[in-house]
Amino acid sequence: MSSEQQYIELYQQAREVIFSHAPEAMNAVRDEAFEDFRYQGFPSKKVERYKYTDMQKLFAPDYGVNLGRLQIPVNPYEAFRCDVPNLSTSLYFVVNDMFFHDEKPKGHLPEGVIVDSLRNHPEFISKYYARLAKTSEDAVTALNTMLAQDGMLVYVPKNVKVDRAIQVINILKATPSNAQRQVPDLMVNRRVLIILEEGAEIKMLFCDHAADDRNFLTTQIIEAYVGNNASLDLYCLEETHHKNVRVSNVYIDQGRDSRVNHNVITLHNGTTRNRLDLTFSGEGAECGCYGCVIADKQQHVDNNTLITHKVPHCTSNELYKYVLDDKAVGAFAGRVLVEHGAQKTSSQMTNQNLTATKEARMYTQPMLEIYADDVKCAHGSTVGQLNDAALFYMRQRGISLEEAKLLLQNAFINEVIDHMQLEPLRDRLHYLVEKRFRGELNKCDGCKLCK
Amino acid sequence: MLEVKNLHAKIGDKEILKGIDLVINDGETHAIMGPNGSGKSTLSAVLVGNPLYEVTEGEAYFNGKNLLEMKPEDRAHEGIFLSFQYPVEIPGVSMTNFMKAAINEKRKYQGLEPMNAAEFLKLQREKRKIVELDSKLANRSVNEGFSGGEKKRNEIFQMAMLEPKLSILDETDSGLDVDAMRIVAEGVNKLQTPETSCIVITHYDRLLEMIRPQYVHVLYKGRIVKTGGPELAVQIQEHGYDWIKEEIGEE
Repeated sequence: MSSEQQYIELYQQAREVIFSHAPEAMNAVRDEAFEDFRYQGFPSKKVERYKYTDMQKLFAPDYGVNLGRLQIPVNPYEAFRCDVPNLSTSLYFVVNDMFFHDEKPKGHLPEGVIVDSLRNHPEFISKYYARLAKTSEDAVTALNTMLAQDGMLVYVPKNVKVDRAIQVINILKATPSNAQRQVPDLMVNRRVLIILEEGAEIKMLFCDHAADDRNFLTTQIIEAYVGNNASLDLYCLEETHHKNVRVSNVYIDQGRDSRVNHNVITLHNGTTRNRLDLTFSGEGAECGCYGCVIADKQQHVDNNTLITHKVPHCTSNELYKYVLDDKAVGAFAGRVLVEHGAQKTSSQMTNQNLTATKEARMYTQPMLEIYADDVKCAHGSTVGQLNDAALFYMRQRGISLEEAKLLLQNAFINEVIDHMQLEPLRDRLHYLVEKRFRGELNKCDGCKLCK
Repeated sequence: MLEVKNLHAKIGDKEILKGIDLVINDGETHAIMGPNGSGKSTLSAVLVGNPLYEVTEGEAYFNGKNLLEMKPEDRAHEGIFLSFQYPVEIPGVSMTNFMKAAINEKRKYQGLEPMNAAEFLKLQREKRKIVELDSKLANRSVNEGFSGGEKKRNEIFQMAMLEPKLSILDETDSGLDVDAMRIVAEGVNKLQTPETSCIVITHYDRLLEMIRPQYVHVLYKGRIVKTGGPELAVQIQEHGYDWIKEEIGEE
């Protein structure tokens, strides 16, 4: 009980500091978020959507929060070189929860497209910020809204297509390289606001990396407004280390005939909790929500999704796959809600899991809730082991047991990765996944800060 | 090549092989026939090391090496190949990757460098011709969506790629039409050399007319009860197994 107390006290004591280092428009919703947080507290495991992850425990340790917005000197361009070959992206950095400003020209963005710190765009904050992510409905969203002081804005005007993918590297770094004294473990509160006007198109790739060996607690809220006939690809790749806790809430609202492709990949982490709330507000829209998890040791990954079909003629596809080794724990709870009148809904939810040891645990809970009478909805879930017959067949051909397992696990996970639209990224992920299974990927690959 | 002495094996609590003795020399082809449930597939499974079966007694030596102590993959590396009665589908693993892994693991076992991509593709192309296998199948997942005939031809294709010393064909003719059977049999014949041997498990003499074994064994209730030349297969085709059962004093 009462992990929330330290955050309540922090806010009461440091309110002035928080306000003075944050844009006014973000401050406008802060007190209300605080009240919502104080009222709710962290959810216990009795709260349906938090059944599988103990939030009290995650938020109990004492983390430092960089409320004074001290810059941690780092040049991410030098420290990080993206090694996704053939993928030319427009590269941005978020260091902890601060948008990294630099003088480099971003010549590749079409006119009117904004990729910038939220701070510089109060007009968007007041119109869109904290609307989808309702602080009254989720304690972590409330906590993030009450503490977030910076964030990232992505805006694509009407009918503009951004060809180059936008890659955002989230770097976690607690210790300045020249630090003399020990710094505390760090809590960061990231915020992303994505607005696509009618007919706009963008592909975004978020990569989470940890640049030093501290304990990190990250909360992250992504709000995405996808306008009529707009198209959003949102890929989130997590490749950190076992001292990381990440709680991410993603909110997406889809307009008429829009398309969303969301893919969340957990390659390395400590404890991860991903929540996705996606709502169809306009007819004819479709989404693909995919996730893959590779976890071992004591890792814990919990994906919780809610897809709401408010209107008719929308299509949702969900596929989450887990491979759990050692004592890893996985959870998937997905709910598809087809509201009254949302006729001709088509929905498919699938969760498939492999547990490699007797100690690995998988909790799976696919749910359908349907209030319309002319829909096509299906859900299914499996938990099992690798196919013994296939393993033996491969061994008879001379493939060692280890290699055979690897090929089968790879094949299992690749079904998710193959849904990615960016081909170079897909190839890269195939490579990373294979390395991960071989145990050659201990921390983030390609993130030089780790070394 | 292969020397099996008094081999007993069980699955679960059920003893299936009850003392098999079999010697196969270099260059020989042996057929194994017998009624359903007599232990033919079990014998092949035990020889390749299927973990479902437990050997309770007896010995098996392959070119002087104790076969029963080897892992299945090492038996393969030593040169034993099984054409499965029911080839397994492996969704998501392409034929090419599967074959590449198999070849390179064998080369590693032999202390050779992995085969380069160009060489591998060339080899694959050559061997595919032997069983007239469509090149489109190379990009598909292993056996997934293959027809019955394609699966069996795919087995022989793999045999051609791996160049085993001893091939065991477990009912490779079952489910094949006449043309497919001819292709398979011709494929097997092309791969025969004076240094390689073959065990053909079958119910019909049709395949044996094309593959021509020197010896035909009848397996019944876990033992080899009769051994003869090719004429034995013809007799079985005409008269069934009852006369053999009578010979050994059974109803």
